[in-house]
Amino acid sequence: MSDAPLLEISELTKSYSGVTVLDHVSFSTYSGLVLGLIGENGAGKSTLIKCIGGVTSPDSGSIRFDGRDFQPSIANALKNGIITIPQEFNLAGTLSVRENIFLGRELKKCGFLDHAAMRRTAAELMEKLHCPLPPDQPVSELSIAQKQLVEIARALNCECRLLIMDEPTTVLNPPEAENLFRIMRSMRDQGIGLIYVSHKLREVKQVCDQVLILRDGQFVSRTLISKISVKEMANRMVGRELSTIFPPKIYPLSDAPAVLQVSSLSQADRLHDISFFLRKGEIMGFAGLGGAGRTELAETLYGIRRKSGGTIRIDGREIDPASPVDAVRAGIAYLSEDRQNAGTIQSFGLTENITLISLRKYCRGPFIRKNEEDEAAASYLDRFRIKAVSLRAPIRELSGGNQQKGAIAKSLDAQPRIFIFDEPTRGIDIQSRGEIYQFIHQLAEDGMACLVISSDLEEIIGLCSRVAVMREGTIAGFLEDPYITEKEIMYLAAGVK
Amino acid sequence: MSIENQLETRIPRWKILLGGARPFIALALLLIVCMISNESFRSAQNLLNITRQVACTGIAALGMTLVIIAGGIDLSVGSLLALSGVSAVMVMGRISDPVTAVIAAMLVSLGVGALGGLLNGLIVTAGKVPPFIATLGTLSIFRSLALYMADAGTISSSNDYFRAAGGCAPLGIPLATICFLALAAVFAVMLNQTAFGRHVCAVGSNPRAARYAAIPVDRIRFGTYLLAGLAAGVAAFLFSSRLNSISSTDAGLSYELDAIAGAIIGGTAMSGGKGSIAGTVAGIFILGIIENALDMWGAPVNLHGLVKGLIIIIAVLIQRQNND
Repeated sequence: MSDAPLLEISELTKSYSGVTVLDHVSFSTYSGLVLGLIGENGAGKSTLIKCIGGVTSPDSGSIRFDGRDFQPSIANALKNGIITIPQEFNLAGTLSVRENIFLGRELKKCGFLDHAAMRRTAAELMEKLHCPLPPDQPVSELSIAQKQLVEIARALNCECRLLIMDEPTTVLNPPEAENLFRIMRSMRDQGIGLIYVSHKLREVKQVCDQVLILRDGQFVSRTLISKISVKEMANRMVGRELSTIFPPKIYPLSDAPAVLQVSSLSQADRLHDISFFLRKGEIMGFAGLGGAGRTELAETLYGIRRKSGGTIRIDGREIDPASPVDAVRAGIAYLSEDRQNAGTIQSFGLTENITLISLRKYCRGPFIRKNEEDEAAASYLDRFRIKAVSLRAPIRELSGGNQQKGAIAKSLDAQPRIFIFDEPTRGIDIQSRGEIYQFIHQLAEDGMACLVISSDLEEIIGLCSRVAVMREGTIAGFLEDPYITEKEIMYLAAGVK
Repeated sequence: MSIENQLETRIPRWKILLGGARPFIALALLLIVCMISNESFRSAQNLLNITRQVACTGIAALGMTLVIIAGGIDLSVGSLLALSGVSAVMVMGRISDPVTAVIAAMLVSLGVGALGGLLNGLIVTAGKVPPFIATLGTLSIFRSLALYMADAGTISSSNDYFRAAGGCAPLGIPLATICFLALAAVFAVMLNQTAFGRHVCAVGSNPRAARYAAIPVDRIRFGTYLLAGLAAGVAAFLFSSRLNSISSTDAGLSYELDAIAGAIIGGTAMSGGKGSIAGTVAGIFILGIIENALDMWGAPVNLHGLVKGLIIIIAVLIQRQNND
């Protein structure tokens, strides 16, 4: 860590359509330092790193890099070695690892591409990252973790001086995240400055040297990581106590009927021998590492994937859903983890999204009765406290939390009996998160059988009375309240026990 | 309230409305300019002529609009028009009773159109062949069949009822024009007011989300191709009855391009999910009026395509700005 700051931000302000998203934020960071940047959704983290990366320009305030004034532009950022690794990678899928690493800065010999040199350097870089990939492998064949490492290799190849990573571990499993942290530390030791944007406070605690907290576009605090606990970070981010967001737990009567009964279910090579039941009015959690098969299980129940063995029974009657049409008819609702690409139609308004599954209900003959549709949507707006100016304006204009509530309303309007929530609060601001927990609680109280898939252990522990932990396509074990703890879940998920 | 929640309306209402109205504003301006600048253009007869001239491509464009909104494309409509027309006129020639013959011709046009659409739909949905390739193939197949059946020539009819049907103009409005506008109304209602129309938009906007919402994605796509084929069949009947003959080489040639152009000018997004029938009608009229006005002004015929091409590109550029 050197004395002169690498990056100095002062009084940075930015607003969109009259709403201030960054409000006179000032801070500086140094070479050889990992700075954690945390805050709820909408706190201004993304805007801040976009300003530094030159993607947007601030309304006022200044950025100095390496002691000189920095005019934010993408070209300028690259020239100075400021590299941002976004959540959605900027890789060309059909090109190879090598071609991606050298994209835009290809090595040439006598005017022609020097493939040999590029192949060699690419291999070296990937070796350094403990990820020895063949340089000629197409990026589309890589796992998400490998793609991320290709992004990092590209950054290293650009003589990176400041590396900004936006939520890099949301897509990684713990060993992959460990590897990433090791790489981050070694980059820090080489004198590179890092800014690490994350929701995951434990990881921030683990990997960062200092932490910067934003709330509602304003600077809240900047602390040495050793001087702040995870709990304190959370409280400062939110501005209030966090533990209050979970509703009281709900316990179904032990003689409540099992609505869903799955036995020895298998699906191609992804799921095998899965057996469990779900009671009326129960909230059951599905925990596990990424790739353990939780989403695949939900998709099999919902008819997106075809089961290859075993039985699924609803109220004792066997079903074999060949498509979501069958599943919906059988009373299953599925809230996809992929809100933007599967959970909502982004160009549709709230009304059109909410009535998408249940449209027939609003038809007389072939014609849609649009005012009835709007009335129904409006009632969900009230019930779920969805904030929207217009029922017909595209849903993509709403915040993630409001979109998610719309997606829940959509599934609910088909009057399901079993509701599968897949990562229901991923990327959602804390207020909506609390509200969504309340809705799930309310639904269960009204007799809905709820299945919650989540990678957020706090969510699983706070919400569910029973948890199935999955590992490698099967159920590794069940836990019941009050024995649902993070430790127990992780033991089962990792196969230690 | 978090900051995010306050950011909820970025595009003002009037801008959205203006975006949708652009083809109509362009059409109105074009009409005014042409009417002022050219006396023969503004005669009632000429204006009616334009409506008749655009009717066949217009009907094809209605089906095309649905196909494009659902995320597909149909390059085969021109060839299918020729095939339906040739089949209809040939069948008609074999039936002695003239009235029965006309009815048979009508059914054959529609039937062959529907079969062609069905084939396209099957290749795209069951065969999972990309629509561009699938309909490029059937474009070639349909035209080739028409050429084979007619020996690459023109098939003429000697049926006076058929000619009368094509030439009739109730209240002075050509039959083709009436059919075009009536079908446009039907398609518009179908797109805006029915579950099928809503599903067409959903499938085109995001097939994955549509599938998750329990929409039978393939059935909807199939339906759009079937309707496009039927529309081509209707156009074939109108086209051949007006001329009382049909040329297997020329009939419907490059209609698919005009139909696509009309839809695009009318604001339908090539990427699917969004579009309007009224916009397509406006787009088709813009193309027809320009063609006609260029004739009136004595512009060289070979340059008509240049103007048309420019209009298409400009229309898309304006739309892109609108989307930003």
